Amino acid sequence: MIRFDNVTYVYPTGVKALNGISVEIGRGELVALMGENGAGKTTFIKHLNGLLKPTTGSVYVNGKDTRTLSVAQLSRIVGIMFQNTDDMFFLPTVEEEVAFSLRNLGFSEEVVQRRVDWALKFMELEKYRKRSPFLLSGGEKKRLALAIILAWNPQVIAMDEPTVGQDNAQKEKLKEMIKQLNLQGRSVIISTHDVEFVAELRPRVILMSRGRIVADGRAEAILTDGELLSSCSILMPQVAATVSRLADLGFNTKVISVEDAIRSIVDGLRRLEHTRGA
Amino acid sequence: MEIVKVEGLTFTYSGSDIPALSNIDLSIEDGEFVLLLGPSGCGKSTLCRCLNGLIPHFYAGKIDGRVIVAGMDVSKTPTYVLSQHVGMVFQNPENQLFSLTVENDVAFALENLGIPRDEIRRRVDFALKAVGIEDLSKRSPFELSGGQQQKVAIASILALMPRLMVLDEPTSSLDPVSAKSIIDTIFKIKKELGTTVIVAEHRVELLADKVDRVIVMQKGSIIMDGDPREIFASEEVMPYGVPVPKVVSMAKGVNKHLKVFNDVPLSPEEFERGIRGFVHDKVR
Ligand SMILES: Nc1ncnc2c1ncn2[C@@H]1O[C@H](COP(=O)(O)OP(=O)(O)O)[C@@H](O)[C@H]1O
Ligand SMILES: Nc1ncnc2c1ncn2[C@@H]1O[C@H](COP(=O)(O)OP(=O)(O)O)[C@@H](O)[C@H]1O
Ligand SMILES: [Mg+2]
Ligand SMILES: [Mg+2]
Repeated sequence: MIRFDNVTYVYPTGVKALNGISVEIGRGELVALMGENGAGKTTFIKHLNGLLKPTTGSVYVNGKDTRTLSVAQLSRIVGIMFQNTDDMFFLPTVEEEVAFSLRNLGFSEEVVQRRVDWALKFMELEKYRKRSPFLLSGGEKKRLALAIILAWNPQVIAMDEPTVGQDNAQKEKLKEMIKQLNLQGRSVIISTHDVEFVAELRPRVILMSRGRIVADGRAEAILTDGELLSSCSILMPQVAATVSRLADLGFNTKVISVEDAIRSIVDGLRRLEHTRGA
Repeated sequence: MEIVKVEGLTFTYSGSDIPALSNIDLSIEDGEFVLLLGPSGCGKSTLCRCLNGLIPHFYAGKIDGRVIVAGMDVSKTPTYVLSQHVGMVFQNPENQLFSLTVENDVAFALENLGIPRDEIRRRVDFALKAVGIEDLSKRSPFELSGGQQQKVAIASILALMPRLMVLDEPTSSLDPVSAKSIIDTIFKIKKELGTTVIVAEHRVELLADKVDRVIVMQKGSIIMDGDPREIFASEEVMPYGVPVPKVVSMAKGVNKHLKVFNDVPLSPEEFERGIRGFVHDKVR
């Protein structure tokens, strides 16, 4: 679906933001791209729809080199929600914002209406249909940006820091939505350093640092490796950080969810009671 | 002494018919560290804007009630005067940056205050170091990533050392290590200088064990206000979607099986202490 082949990207200022990235992301995969500020996550994501082209190496989307396709062509396959969604709105109402790019992509008016309805409903923005995007709060704007991308129905959805500015209830909603999009067979790639969110989502984690991929594996393995994470300015999720302090008591420390942690601790304490004799 | 006094504050943005804040009464003591929680759209940013005078001076709307900050009536005080007492980090820091280099941005407010050059140098160096961006000092703020820009905005107010810091989701774009180190720095400054800090932040894991007080907002009103341990332990917060630190949920879950915790822990350290205390007392 997506393949990076030894990709290096150097900004005009001389900053080497990607440095020898080779990775494949398959159809229907759920991936979290993690790494410190400046690791290169946003630069990586901008390569997915051709906004940036590699300085050296190549990016392939559905087998085609992104250099051979326009951003508009790639955007039908890969929908990207960017980090700064605040400045991207320019139309008088929320529903027109969602309809705009659909009309641009050449969909019939009937399809446009159906998709606008669906996307606004999905993101719980129906009540703001006729409102100006500028009157939305930060979190609401983020949801609008997602609604716009969802309306295109792309095979790959990439979200750059989707949880930023989102409250608990919205993150919960976002998590369910990501799972649902993923269940529909779409590849979902999120860049984030929200470890708590990733711990709940349990995706494949690609860990980046200074333009390189330093680890790639299941969330359970990577998010419990404190040393690896701190070398990338990431902390363990609070569950793992808490249980890891109790390793000397013989508790299972490879846990990232609250439920697993409770089981690990209760089992561990019962074992101690048993072996030491109450 | 009280540094913030809000009385019957109601604010409606022009173009909207629902008030973003309705009848807020709030009093904050000098030196308090206050966490502002609540779902998106509940009015946290609007309340922050009322404290530094952006409302009513720059946002159009209808305002009722009074906001007194450091003894000044906000609606009658020009924002440049307020800004000497209230340092603000906005939710979207890119709107806050405007100079050619990072260090000019951080020095800007200090130059306006007429602080001597060597003192400015010292404070700028301190602030850049505190947020870990010494190496970016000569860069243009506009070519930085969102997280780096957020650090510049935070450095600017650390350099200013105001009596009141208002931080609107200050770590939202930061990686966890930077976020933790910035919260730790703010906590240290608060303790050393007695700065009052009001922070709107969803990442409760970083703040639960540090703040003196938690205020929960909902639809423009304050619905809970009190001690963090009581608020996070209370079952009442659940329906409001208030984020609760994972250690609280873990302790409650463990307690259902074994009575380990008397008080809910607010950090991994406190959680560990609870477990080790239990092992020491009960498992023998
Ligand atoms: N438009 C740009 N011009 C020059 N350098 C940039 C630009 N955008 C990002 N960079 C630099 O590239 C590196 C990677 O940035 P980015 O991909 O935004 O990282 P992340 O998203 O992981 O925080 C950083 O050092 C950043 O300063
Ligand atoms: N500049 C603005 N103009 C008009 N309405 C706004 C503006 N900013 C926020 N609002 C509205 O005010 C309410 C409170 O928003 P806000 O203070 O941003 O909440 P929070 O910071 O808690 O997410 C929301 O309903 C939002 O849509
Ligand atoms: Mg980024
Ligand atoms: Mg806000």
